Amino acid sequence: MQALSELINQAASEIDAATDLAALEAVRVSYLGKKGQLTARLKTLGQLPAKERASAGQEINQAKQTLQGRFNTRRDSLENAALEAKLAADAVDVSLPGRGRSIGGRHPLSRVQSRIERIFTNAGFGVRSGPEIEDDFHNFTALNIPDNHPARALHDTFYFPGGNLLRTHTSPVQIRSIVNEGVPIRIIAPGRVYRCDSDQTHTPMFHQVEGLVIDENISFANLKAVLHQFVEAFFEREAELRFRPSYFPFTEPSAEVDIRWDEGNWLEILGCGMVHPNVLEKAGVDSEKYTGYAFGIGIDRLAMLRYGVTDLRTFFDNDLRFLRQFR
Amino acid sequence: MKIAESWLREWVSPDLDTEALGHQLTMLGHEVDGIEFEGAEIADIVIAEVMEVGKHPDADKLSLCKVNDGSGTLVDVVCGAPNVFQGMKTPIAKPGVKLPNGMKLRKAKIRGVVSNGMLCSAVELGLGEESDGIMSLPQDAEVGARLIDLLKLPDAIFDLDLTPNRGDCFSVLGIARDVSALTGASLKNPTVKAVKATIDDIQPVELVEPAGCPRFAGRVIRGIDPAAKSPVWLTERLRRAGLRAISPVVDITNFVMLEFGQPLHAYDFALLQGPIRPRMAKSGETVTLLDEKEVELNDDTLIITDDSGPIGIAGIMGGLSTAVTDKTTDIFFEAAFWPQDFMAGRARSYAMQTDASMRFERGVDPAGQGRAVERATQLLLDIAGGNAGPLVDESVKKHLPVRTEITLRKDHLARLLGLAINDSEVANILTRLSMKVAAIDGGWNVSAPSHRFDIVIEADLIEEVARIHGYDSIPEATEYSQAPLETVTETKVDLERVAATLIARDYQEIVTYSFIDEGANEAFTGSKSELILSNPISSEMSVMRASLWPGMIVAAAANNARQQDRVRLFEASKTFHGSLGEHTEIVRIAGLVSGTANPEQWASPLESVDFFDIKADVEALLALAAAENDIHFVATEHPALQSGQAAEITRDDEIIGVIGKLHPRLEKSFGLKRAVFLFELDAAKTLASNAPSAAEISKFPAIRRDIAVIVDDKISADEIVKVVAASSPMLIQDVRIFDIYKGPGIEAGRKSVAISLILQETSRTLTDDDADVAMAAAVKKLEDQFAAILRD
Repeated sequence: MQALSELINQAASEIDAATDLAALEAVRVSYLGKKGQLTARLKTLGQLPAKERASAGQEINQAKQTLQGRFNTRRDSLENAALEAKLAADAVDVSLPGRGRSIGGRHPLSRVQSRIERIFTNAGFGVRSGPEIEDDFHNFTALNIPDNHPARALHDTFYFPGGNLLRTHTSPVQIRSIVNEGVPIRIIAPGRVYRCDSDQTHTPMFHQVEGLVIDENISFANLKAVLHQFVEAFFEREAELRFRPSYFPFTEPSAEVDIRWDEGNWLEILGCGMVHPNVLEKAGVDSEKYTGYAFGIGIDRLAMLRYGVTDLRTFFDNDLRFLRQFR
Repeated sequence: MKIAESWLREWVSPDLDTEALGHQLTMLGHEVDGIEFEGAEIADIVIAEVMEVGKHPDADKLSLCKVNDGSGTLVDVVCGAPNVFQGMKTPIAKPGVKLPNGMKLRKAKIRGVVSNGMLCSAVELGLGEESDGIMSLPQDAEVGARLIDLLKLPDAIFDLDLTPNRGDCFSVLGIARDVSALTGASLKNPTVKAVKATIDDIQPVELVEPAGCPRFAGRVIRGIDPAAKSPVWLTERLRRAGLRAISPVVDITNFVMLEFGQPLHAYDFALLQGPIRPRMAKSGETVTLLDEKEVELNDDTLIITDDSGPIGIAGIMGGLSTAVTDKTTDIFFEAAFWPQDFMAGRARSYAMQTDASMRFERGVDPAGQGRAVERATQLLLDIAGGNAGPLVDESVKKHLPVRTEITLRKDHLARLLGLAINDSEVANILTRLSMKVAAIDGGWNVSAPSHRFDIVIEADLIEEVARIHGYDSIPEATEYSQAPLETVTETKVDLERVAATLIARDYQEIVTYSFIDEGANEAFTGSKSELILSNPISSEMSVMRASLWPGMIVAAAANNARQQDRVRLFEASKTFHGSLGEHTEIVRIAGLVSGTANPEQWASPLESVDFFDIKADVEALLALAAAENDIHFVATEHPALQSGQAAEITRDDEIIGVIGKLHPRLEKSFGLKRAVFLFELDAAKTLASNAPSAAEISKFPAIRRDIAVIVDDKISADEIVKVVAASSPMLIQDVRIFDIYKGPGIEAGRKSVAISLILQETSRTLTDDDADVAMAAAVKKLEDQFAAILRD
């Protein structure tokens, strides 16, 4: 009969030679299975003299354990190799694009309007809106622009038969809000406005945001502060502003505001002023007790400056190649 | 308004360079739109005389001129201007001279003939924006002298954007007054001497409508030389103000208007019949104006009449019948005061706008008529000779505007500006603005001068103080507001969330015009718009849109044309409905998809979008308001959508929107390349919401049971789900359709619908028996309602 040590060596080399799990299992069965060679040896113990049985049994059991250990080690290593091989086969080109829909984008004017709303709501302003088809009273008369006032000629108004019109500015929302809510009031009103004019810097529809604050001691100094802070918040940088006297029938004093831009040029960005006492009185506010400021900011103008757009009309072309720049 | 620095400095000359003066004008509220510098680049241009004009041998349109340029020898110059004539004095650029456009002149052969320089037009010299040939200079201009010496150049011209409240600033005098008030430089105010009458002729004037014409000054001047020419200084002043020189009489009226802001009119005295009577027009009267157009008058219009009838519209334009011609020797100057109330809007109602009407509408100094006539008389006598009659200056005092006293309160000034300005400074500023100022307790009583129509209330004075003191000097101070905090509502979903959802689902936002083509609006709504603009920019932008779709489809087609085949757009904006006087404005959310469902991609086949792609997007929006349970998609017919792929979306039985496939007929007519799917939702109805109310989550396991039933093909999935869900409302948590099958094994006109039910109790674990009972109930309902057959 073959020596036990020889049998173990033979088994060990067969374990090492097994290159996959199936071959390894066959080796295990041939030595450690029910009909395996080591199992067979155990069965021969009964033939030995009684006093040798114990030590021989111990020897065989030890050999069995040794083989089982070697087998386990080999099995782990083969299993690992198999997993590695499978994983390697599963590798993908991670640089290929993902599957499914892409993402759309916000229109730059909405993006700007949304930022403006956030800046002012953060400061405690409410957001209001009003009709775009307006009547003459709210668009003009209540704003201290009576019939035949020369300022009307500057408004290039779109009319409907019967005298209603497309609002030429967001200022009518001032009147409606004061009448609806009373004072004190602290609001902005963004939206579409219309003038019949069309060239590189004028489109027949554009966007403004109106601001209105009325309270007991509102001053021009407050107006200067809020606009300066707004412009810096909007452009995310320090900004130099210039308030220059101007004229709007519904504010007194009135100002236009310029921002110092590239190469030191002043660019006009908005109009503003202290609410005219006639406007307050027409809206039912005691102009002795209350004062207020109002401003009107061109949203399209700010969008052009912020994003370096040189032709206003681009905003209304809706060319996807242009719009995709604004996710 | 254009104003030359040289002219302004004749009136007020602060110690500031041109740029700094321009800045001060802007900071006064007279915004400088631009400054044109003239003359610095044409220092080498000299005056030449054309001695002979001959034909160019090889070119019909060119002349070959012999020109005396002052050098002593005549030179040959080729000239292309049609207005060249023998004896003409005109500027010449000699070889070596550089023109303002950067071109350097060289001796050059033009069509084979050598030209020793160029005779120049005003445009070529930077002295105008248009010209009809080379410049024709006065006959007495000195040959060989520098052109800029003749014209008194260089000069700078400010282009001012004047505000409509400052009628007093539409003149050199007005601007000079403001500059003087701001800078403290004295107003030189060239004196206007009264001209003595040398003849007795007068033109009678009868103020029969004193409210409309409270003041009228005039003078007869006889025997002027009709051949006289305006001197260069006069024509240059006019040119720099943007006016053309015409004749001494006309030029002088324009000059005085520019200088004092008082429009003047000159009549041919010999053509006037009887007294001049300004009165209101009668409806239907007509007058032929200087521009030779006949105008039918309205009864709100002031006119000038004589015995012949209307001879001009007051403050707008004179009439042709009494106009000055090149033969006129006797003239009558008119300088009237027409109040704003009688002028406002009148010029526009005749579709006219003149230099005179612009000034009268904004307010002309009621004290300046006599001065203007004196100034014009003196100039005319100097330039064209003649004899002046006496000045006639009629007025009706009670109809002249009165400047009432306004009280300016110190505390109010400080409160409105947020700045306390010391008393002497306030009084000083107002005084410099020609106001009468009297100190009172706590402030001042102030009267504005006759030329300031805009000073009416205290706030106007506060603005004046701030304007001259400088807006820059007002500090910045953050306000304290008593206005309460705004709520952040949960009763409606924010449009920002809608936008974010659609963007996340690959939609690009667009902004389209609120006015669209009338036909397109009708094609998409099935009805004619009643909201039609009276004065649209174009017919494609003439009615207020009742749907966002037409604009969106035009945008999609334009992008298709720019090689963008996959288009996914949304817009959330107003639509307009109803009729004039009782219209409504409704914010809608619209979307459009066309092209492939996903961008072209390596891993999955390209599939075109279909109804259910866009429906999923709509369902995502509806879910924002947590309203999906109340929502139904109901097949419908729509004028713009393909039948069988169109649905109304209802919420609690109210229609909140439409979804479907664009009708192929419209797809074709709008030039779209691929099938287009659309949705449009009423924002308010879709987004109305409530703050969520939390319900307990069941701790017990759910049971899923699947069944398949065969029903008529016309039975909608929605109906089936509704019936199943209602069969055991307490138990059934969810009903899903997970397969629809039509084909072999199912008879034609019917379909197999596979449904899964999720059953759950909140108080106990369900048993199989519970589930069996529920399933049987559901099947029974389906059999009863739809004659459904349970598949095994």
